[in-house]
Amino acid sequence: MSEGARWREQVGDVQLLGLALLLSALGLAMIFSAGQVDVPSVATGIWRRQLLWLAIALAGFVVVSRVPLRWLEWAAPGAYVAALALLGIVLVVGTGPGGTRSWINLGPARLQPAEFAKLATILLLARTVSGNGTPAGRLIELWKPVLVVLVPMVLVLAQPDLGSAIIFGVILIAALYWAGVPLAMLFLLVSPGVSLLLGFSAVVWGVWIVVLAAFLYVHRPYLSESLAVLAANVATGALTLPLWSRLEPYQQDRLLVFLNPDADPRGSGWHLVQSKVAIGSGGLLGQGYLHGPQKRLAFLPEQHTDFIFSVVGEELGFIGVVVFLALLGWFLGRILADARDAPSEFGGTVVFCLFGVWFAHLVINVGMTVGLMPITGLPLPFLSYGGSFLVSVWAGLAMVERVAAES
Amino acid sequence: MLGESEKTDRSRHRARGARVVLVLAVLVLVGAFFRLQVLHSSSYELRSERNRLRAITVPAPRGTMYDRNGRVIAENVPGYSVSLLPGREDTVRASLARLAPILGLDARDQQALMQKYEALPQRPLLVSDDASFQQVSSIEERRPEFRRAVVDMRPRRRYPDGHVVAHVVGYVGEISESELKNPAFAGYDAGRIVGKMGLEREYEDTLGGDPGVRYVEVNALGSIVREMGPGPAVPPVPGHDLELGLDMKLQDFADSTFPPDHRGAVVAVDPHTGEALLFYSHPEFDPNAFVGGVDVDTWESLRDDPAKPLLNRVTGAAYPPGSTFKPVISAIAMRRGVVSIGDHMDIPCRGALRYGTRVWRCWKPAGHGSLSLAGAIEQSCDVYFYQLGMKLGLDAMMDGSHRLGFGDPTGIDLPHEAAGYFPASREWFDRRYGPRGWTESVVLNLAIGQGENQQPLLRQVLFYAALATGRRPIVPHLLRSRALERRRVDWSLDLPDAERRQLVDALVSVVNDPKGTAYPWRLERWTMAGKTGTAQNPQGAPHSWFVAFAPAQDPDIVVAAVVEHGHPDNTVSLAVPYVSAIVERYLEEIHPAPADSAAAPAADTGVAGEGR
Repeated sequence: MSEGARWREQVGDVQLLGLALLLSALGLAMIFSAGQVDVPSVATGIWRRQLLWLAIALAGFVVVSRVPLRWLEWAAPGAYVAALALLGIVLVVGTGPGGTRSWINLGPARLQPAEFAKLATILLLARTVSGNGTPAGRLIELWKPVLVVLVPMVLVLAQPDLGSAIIFGVILIAALYWAGVPLAMLFLLVSPGVSLLLGFSAVVWGVWIVVLAAFLYVHRPYLSESLAVLAANVATGALTLPLWSRLEPYQQDRLLVFLNPDADPRGSGWHLVQSKVAIGSGGLLGQGYLHGPQKRLAFLPEQHTDFIFSVVGEELGFIGVVVFLALLGWFLGRILADARDAPSEFGGTVVFCLFGVWFAHLVINVGMTVGLMPITGLPLPFLSYGGSFLVSVWAGLAMVERVAAES
Repeated sequence: MLGESEKTDRSRHRARGARVVLVLAVLVLVGAFFRLQVLHSSSYELRSERNRLRAITVPAPRGTMYDRNGRVIAENVPGYSVSLLPGREDTVRASLARLAPILGLDARDQQALMQKYEALPQRPLLVSDDASFQQVSSIEERRPEFRRAVVDMRPRRRYPDGHVVAHVVGYVGEISESELKNPAFAGYDAGRIVGKMGLEREYEDTLGGDPGVRYVEVNALGSIVREMGPGPAVPPVPGHDLELGLDMKLQDFADSTFPPDHRGAVVAVDPHTGEALLFYSHPEFDPNAFVGGVDVDTWESLRDDPAKPLLNRVTGAAYPPGSTFKPVISAIAMRRGVVSIGDHMDIPCRGALRYGTRVWRCWKPAGHGSLSLAGAIEQSCDVYFYQLGMKLGLDAMMDGSHRLGFGDPTGIDLPHEAAGYFPASREWFDRRYGPRGWTESVVLNLAIGQGENQQPLLRQVLFYAALATGRRPIVPHLLRSRALERRRVDWSLDLPDAERRQLVDALVSVVNDPKGTAYPWRLERWTMAGKTGTAQNPQGAPHSWFVAFAPAQDPDIVVAAVVEHGHPDNTVSLAVPYVSAIVERYLEEIHPAPADSAAAPAADTGVAGEGR
């Protein structure tokens, strides 16, 4: 057995582990920079806590990466039920910003059950779709995976945590895609969600229904399913406005600001405008590590969590942004390769779902710093400050490495 | 069940699809950053600078004002201002509350400042432009508590002579909201100190200079983090100095000798140059009290004072001119050929004249007998002028007065000059009294300077200057300037020189002939000419007027003064001794008597010897 093969048997994907460690170190450096400000800030000194969390995450990684895949598959239902229980508990005893209920306070630390629930849902979902064998031919055959995702999704929406709910949707689509569900069916599956978004404008929504009907006519699924899809689209489209009025004002603002950030640059648009100013003023080469004036003077909001990538943009410039995006892209590409080479359908599905989750985090988080995406508060893997998320990323990584090791 | 290879194929296929999506997504993100950081970087750099730098205005020192002898009238002394950086309303309110005990702001002051903030929430709020060194030190000592407060050295206006020059120099204060909207103050920013009244207002452009700018770096909360650069980014340009024609020694003298317990004003002009030598209104206020914002109590007491100390009685008020108007009537009548200097009227003065349904009295109940025009001017005989007025007629009188500028402002370099008035036409009476509410008898009143006739002091000065010099008078001005000396009024007496001299001679005898009304106050060394006046008014005792010039043949000074209610009876006429002393004082100053012989005749002054 060659040296490389032995390494692979021990840790799985060595390149991936190296990238994850490098990104974690760079992330810590950016969190340190985020704390270097000229005004009193919660971000000052927070890198020490993140270092502690990284240690915990690495310990968790070592433990989880020792667990055989079969055990994980076997434990999936139990983990899922436990996750649902935690999500239920957090709705009762949880705390969070602006009256939300996202965290469970455990003295010095706060746990986000949603992060754990995502992993548990991935496991159960992978088990559900990989047991099927043939790809589904009818929408109704997808009821089990849909149900597995829908329950935790509704629970996190009740917190309310829009970002996590989106991630649960991503998990479902990723799992079904990997299981070979035809793209047309995936399209029909997500169509009620699209209808929900377009329901704001009667004209656009009307066009959407026509397009959908044409699609159904050309694609010709079962008649009952066609009618059900249409009915679901009509129902969600009608629900848009009542649901909107139930959103928290800050969430409404964030969505509106996405459409026009300059409408209220001092109020809700502040985050996006300041983020763009910081990134834009970074230019090609940046203001220099630790020296970003917008960051130092606390113009950047949540510069150690949601908007850490704006600090990258301001201090390291376009060059630094490209380096970070390349590293993250490389990291995600490695995971894709590991999913492709997975020994079992279960393992491949788990790895691909994790790819989907982190890919979504990357696109949404980085996209929102430049105004391509609405502000949803999704953290950036390895860079954003936050213990639960870091631990969950490293736990997921452990599963990826386990899959790679077993292949 | 699917075959193993089929499954691998599917995995490979799906992975390839996902990879395409991943690469595309990363490229889109890179593209978005490229656009922001490379293509539009400069505009964001600008916004970043705007974000973190706050411009603070550095006030320019105002120009100094000097009198004609180089004495300082308005100057700058070091002072401090305290402003607050713009921010949210509750932050500003809290900062103000913390500053209040140090700067001595009561609840009313704070409320007024908050109103000012609400009008211009994006601008720094000037809290005090008159902070003491102690106040500023205690702010600096507790800097962390006052991170939003900006302390500036700012030159503070001071008027060493205070109240004596109040109505001339005016005062300065922070620019008001309405002034900011005024096009005259285009380009001025809130918080700037501007001239509010008097010369400070008139010559704001000259005195004001251009403020500079310095930058401070602030954080997102608006607190100052550090100063940018060693000095201001744009240094202020100081204002220009002003040299005035005013003679402060004369001004002081006029102030200290003003009849006690009376109100009034005096103004003197050098007819050769048009320069105002003296400009004094009484009672006064202390313009220093307005610097740095007048406190409410002081303001209210000044505003509500029945003596109206804020009123500029020289250019802001008009009085019935009384007998000082008789030379005007005489000049108009002589020009029209209605009368010449030796003419007597039909009816000699018996102390009164019956006309229409009433008896028109002369000021001297015993009567003056039959007088020539010269005698009537000398003794100020009302009965003579009643008849002269009727001979002249209302239309000629109105036409002649307006030709001489009566009813117009003089154009002196001060804001808010009152014009005074003289009826312009018969329609004016119709409007005022109704078409049948008045008769031709108004000419009787107008002829003795009463009735519908009110003139500011300077208007009388101009007429007497025209009479004394025979030239079109120079528009009076406070600033010493060659250009202003060339500005003459657009009217002249239009009287042959011989006749003009006859009128001057009559005015000389007013002062120097024992029968003249001002004889007791003639001057020892100089021949003064002048005319007394007694202005009847509904408020009480008549006002006392005196308009004089000296030396009579080539005057160096023309003075007009009015003392309100200064003529309680025929023996007291407060304006006359007052003006007489001022004229003497000024002439002694510019033509000092030779040390060896105090009683030497005034030959060296160019004054022709003239019998008293």
